[in-house]
Amino acid sequence: MSWLLVMPIAIPFATAVVAFLVRMSPTGRWVSLGGSILSLVASVALLVAVLEHGVIAAQMSNWEAPFGITLVADYLGVVMVVITAITGLATAIYALGEIPERVEKLGYHALFQTLIAGVTGAFLTGDVFNLYVWFEVMLISSFGLLILGGSREQLDAGIKYVALNLVSTLVFLSGIGLLYGMTGTLNMADLRGAIAEVENQGLVTVVAMMFMVGFGVKAAVFPLFFWLPASYHTPSFAVSAVFAGLLTKVGVYAMMRMFTLVFVGDIGFTHEILIWVSALTMLTGVLGAAAQTDFRKILSFHIISQIGYMTLGLALYTPLALMGGVFYLVHHIIVKANLFLVSGVANKLAGHTDLNRIGGLYKSSPFLAALFIVPAFSLAGFPPLSGFWAKYLIVKASIELDAWLIAFVALFVGLLTIFSMTKIWGMAFWKPHPDGYDPTPDRVPDSVRIPMMIPIVGLAAMTIVIGFFPEPFVQFAEVAAMQLLDPAQYVEAVLGAQAEVQADLQADAPAGLQPDATTEEEQP
Amino acid sequence: MNSIIFTAGARILVALVFVFSLFMLLRGHHLPGGGFIGGLLGAISFIVYALACGSEEARKALRVSPEGLAMVGLGIALAAGLVSALFGDPLFTGQWYWVGGDSYETALFSINSVLVFDIGVYLVVLGGILSLTFAFDEET
Repeated sequence: MSWLLVMPIAIPFATAVVAFLVRMSPTGRWVSLGGSILSLVASVALLVAVLEHGVIAAQMSNWEAPFGITLVADYLGVVMVVITAITGLATAIYALGEIPERVEKLGYHALFQTLIAGVTGAFLTGDVFNLYVWFEVMLISSFGLLILGGSREQLDAGIKYVALNLVSTLVFLSGIGLLYGMTGTLNMADLRGAIAEVENQGLVTVVAMMFMVGFGVKAAVFPLFFWLPASYHTPSFAVSAVFAGLLTKVGVYAMMRMFTLVFVGDIGFTHEILIWVSALTMLTGVLGAAAQTDFRKILSFHIISQIGYMTLGLALYTPLALMGGVFYLVHHIIVKANLFLVSGVANKLAGHTDLNRIGGLYKSSPFLAALFIVPAFSLAGFPPLSGFWAKYLIVKASIELDAWLIAFVALFVGLLTIFSMTKIWGMAFWKPHPDGYDPTPDRVPDSVRIPMMIPIVGLAAMTIVIGFFPEPFVQFAEVAAMQLLDPAQYVEAVLGAQAEVQADLQADAPAGLQPDATTEEEQP
Repeated sequence: MNSIIFTAGARILVALVFVFSLFMLLRGHHLPGGGFIGGLLGAISFIVYALACGSEEARKALRVSPEGLAMVGLGIALAAGLVSALFGDPLFTGQWYWVGGDSYETALFSINSVLVFDIGVYLVVLGGILSLTFAFDEET
């Protein structure tokens, strides 16, 4: 059982090593593709196991929790692992067409696979310090990917990206140190019990806020998002698709994990802050996008605004809201990665990503236009695409709590999202190309175009499937939300026997079969 | 750097520090030391050599590319972790074979997967640090 949890992390690492050693030959890209396929298989195997057995945990090196490193897969964790593998595979196929040989020789595939390993590790770990380590793995490899190619623009973006993310990890690390000082454990399941026993609950809230800031920078929420639009439009399109799909979502995931499992002592304070942060994140993101005219910059700002919906799902902290948050997370990764992939094809065909300098794609490449519509309008929340259900759940949850203002903001932001998407549609697809040429598909050789189109078609198909058959996905998200709100199963899977013993003691107590406790009381 | 004293001193220092780094690597696990510290010391010896004779010479002395070294090290470390699958244990469980006894106190020496992991870490640290410092040296 424990190897099921290890494989989704070990396979990308092994692939990275092999891909680096053969990077000088074209074999490297096929190694990377093969590794991505294997990762997907391993992730699906893990998903099947979780569906069968519920939460599963594994202790690395056979060190029992809470002393060793624990890997845990619950519903939320495993669905994120699967979606990571899907995004990884999609971009590995896309990279066959897009990534030039020069960049491959610098070790593109090795960095890419390391990034996937880091993201997967962050989703599976059950240990806070280990989570920090995975953040570092992600940061190092994503910095490498960001500056591969070494143009002035990329270095500028890379410095901003790394500087702000280092601040985030520093805050996060200080929080971990304080947390360990207070509780003496860093195992997440163990922390849940330990943190309630801390005398100084005020300090716990301070540490919770440090975690929120640390994860907030990663997730790009309201006042901490500046690094994202400054960097996401510079790397190659495959890279920016992975970044857009996965990196910020790791921050959201970490927040969901810590603020449902560990920091639940003062929900009235921490989660209330998060509600307003989410609302402002949604608004600033979407307004920022309205001011942009670059394809990828618009999409980057939309990541921020969409992050607001996910953290809102967490902040409202009802079963329905969390369910919406989980659903949103999954839907958003697929849609957002796909939009960045489409922008890459548009760039190849029409020659630029600035919307003022391109056009005519609808007339010349109607197939691409159709494929753009699916994720774009799903993002905006058009029924019956996947985004509609995601938004519906979140808005319904906020109305149920009588949070009318929040519900209004969520709907208003959806409206402005449509404005941005129609702007891209109008300028890139409908209006004639300003330089007067036809961006027809045959401008790009088949060997480049076909690998770039396959993942777009695949991801669009997934969006449509989720949109038309939301039932199983919603049910899945419902169970995931239940597990988040009541982590007894999670704690038991991690701490195992220990937790069972405690449960036994509690069960025995009413029957009066607990002599130890009574004798202790009788002693003077 | 054009200092005769430094260059002459470096010759002795480099060898000494490098051997000491191997000593630290092998001493690990039961005593203070291990792959990470060993790797840092090994990197220091090559950095001293690079300062004395230039990074080009140091690259020649290393013979293989530091980036490749780091990735091979990662592979070795991963393999040392995966080996425990053969014995039905979770990832990274140490596998020990004691020669001439059955525990740390009684055995003469042991063959184990932990040392292999440490060697992997040694190579990752050595390669990682050297690829950074060589790049800095060649930039300026």
